Amino acid sequence: MQVEQIAIFLENRAGRLAEITSTLAENGINIRALSLADTADFGILRLIVNDIDKASQILKDHGFTVGKTEVLVVEVPDQPGGLAGALSAVNNARLNIEYMYAFSQRSGKSGLIIFRFDDQEAATKVFQKAGLRILNGEEVYAI
Amino acid sequence: MIWNDHETMPREKLRALQLERLQKLVARVYDKVPYYRGKMDEAGVKPEDIRTLEDIRHLPFTTKEDLRKNYPFGLFTVPMDDIVRLHASSGTTGKPTVVGYTKEDIKLWAGLMARSLSAAGVTSKDIIQNAYGYGLFTGGLGAHYGAEELGATVIPISGGQTKRQITIMRDFGSTVLLSTPSYAMNLAEVMIESGVDPADLPLRVGVFGAEPWSEGMRHDLEKRLQIKAVDIYGLSEIIGPGVAVECIEEQNGLHIFEDHFLPEIVDQNTFEPLPTGETGELVFTTLTKTAFPVIRYRTKDISRLSDAPCSCSRTTLRMPKVSGRTDDMLIIRGVNVFPSQIEQVLMSIEGVEPHYMIIVDRQGAMDTMEVQVEVSENIFSDEIKDMVSITKRIQADIKDLIGSTCKITLVEPKTIKRSEGKAQRVIDKRKI
Repeated sequence: MQVEQIAIFLENRAGRLAEITSTLAENGINIRALSLADTADFGILRLIVNDIDKASQILKDHGFTVGKTEVLVVEVPDQPGGLAGALSAVNNARLNIEYMYAFSQRSGKSGLIIFRFDDQEAATKVFQKAGLRILNGEEVYAI
Repeated sequence: MIWNDHETMPREKLRALQLERLQKLVARVYDKVPYYRGKMDEAGVKPEDIRTLEDIRHLPFTTKEDLRKNYPFGLFTVPMDDIVRLHASSGTTGKPTVVGYTKEDIKLWAGLMARSLSAAGVTSKDIIQNAYGYGLFTGGLGAHYGAEELGATVIPISGGQTKRQITIMRDFGSTVLLSTPSYAMNLAEVMIESGVDPADLPLRVGVFGAEPWSEGMRHDLEKRLQIKAVDIYGLSEIIGPGVAVECIEEQNGLHIFEDHFLPEIVDQNTFEPLPTGETGELVFTTLTKTAFPVIRYRTKDISRLSDAPCSCSRTTLRMPKVSGRTDDMLIIRGVNVFPSQIEQVLMSIEGVEPHYMIIVDRQGAMDTMEVQVEVSENIFSDEIKDMVSITKRIQADIKDLIGSTCKITLVEPKTIKRSEGKAQRVIDKRKI
């Protein structure tokens, strides 16, 4: 049920983000979802792409530090309260969210929330119990 | 292996030999070198005043400044006809210092270097990849002659051309690597990148020197290259490499070849001789060199002497790894710090790469220190809090060492320049 995400270490230097995106573009990698966490000195770019292994190899070859992490991608209704419902289930189960980011689908019917929990397994059960659909890797990479 | 029976001489006999050689040396330089005679006359000491080894304290020191004043050949004791080789320091901090060798000196040096390699467990059966720079620097040729004297096979590849080094190491089956520790680290890294597994190579020993390095760096090099890493010490003003070396049996302190070099430790400020065991500046007198002997040369290297017996059976004094040179010592808000101490902190944290740069600056009246550390996959996390906790940990460990907080900057891999010889670890912006 888990989806692989790549994370890239970024120094706070002009042009680094553009370098990553153009490197991926040149190699035909499509970015599905993206989030950038930053501090005053450095940033961590998290990406879900159509070809995780290829993207990670290309970035390593270009000298970037790349890590892979598993995340949960949960579908919520694209309407007011859609995310709130998912989060209250998480809260009731007292789960810790390490980070999350979101993107909405073209259809406009549902939004996708990407979660990283300290306990991914427990979170999976909570979402299932709440009747929320968890997407598998193939579905996400092919969006 | 013991190469020369002087290495295991009883201390009393060794001291008698040292005294005899010292007296001869002092008489000779007094006679042959006007500059030395002038300094001794000024200090009111005559060669016949040297009656015991302890009397050496009456002789004036020789410093790099003295060598520069006599640039290029002023301190040689023989006519240029008898000089067969010249070496020189890089001269980055002023005029270079020039050293000369007679035929006998070259033979002596080769013997000492063979002794050093032998102590490091190298034998005539080994294939030695000599990646010390060949040229005016004493490292390359010094090690080369010693390796030949030992009867080993030498690959005189010199420094640089890292990819080619690895191809040759693999194809020729090098069993011993001679280089600076920072260059060995560079080689190890490129090896992995080129898909060569060090475990598949016959390489078994590295004899590393010409720059200060930490115990942490030793462990890392041994693990990465699957070798034993041995420290060797020398400086061109004394002879070049081959002044002291660790034995492969203990790898714990460098045996000083005292039958040729008389060591002293002096206080860094008063220059008074210190008793065995105390830390200070290393001072050497060359007992047997002909063309360019030096009397009480202040090396600026910080170490101490130990007379603890060693399981290898050598009876010489040992000196622990040089922690740094007084030249490299940083004074941060009044506290003395050597780059090798920062290195030791970094290397004690699992996953931290041995590539770092220390940047010292001044804001107003306050010194600031920044340590740049490369983020490897081993310490990288997709969560900010993990990355921050690594920087906090490095910061806290350095604070324990120097008492003030420095800035830790995480940088991308390969941002810090790789060494091809002597590594540059510090940028001091305060001088600019």
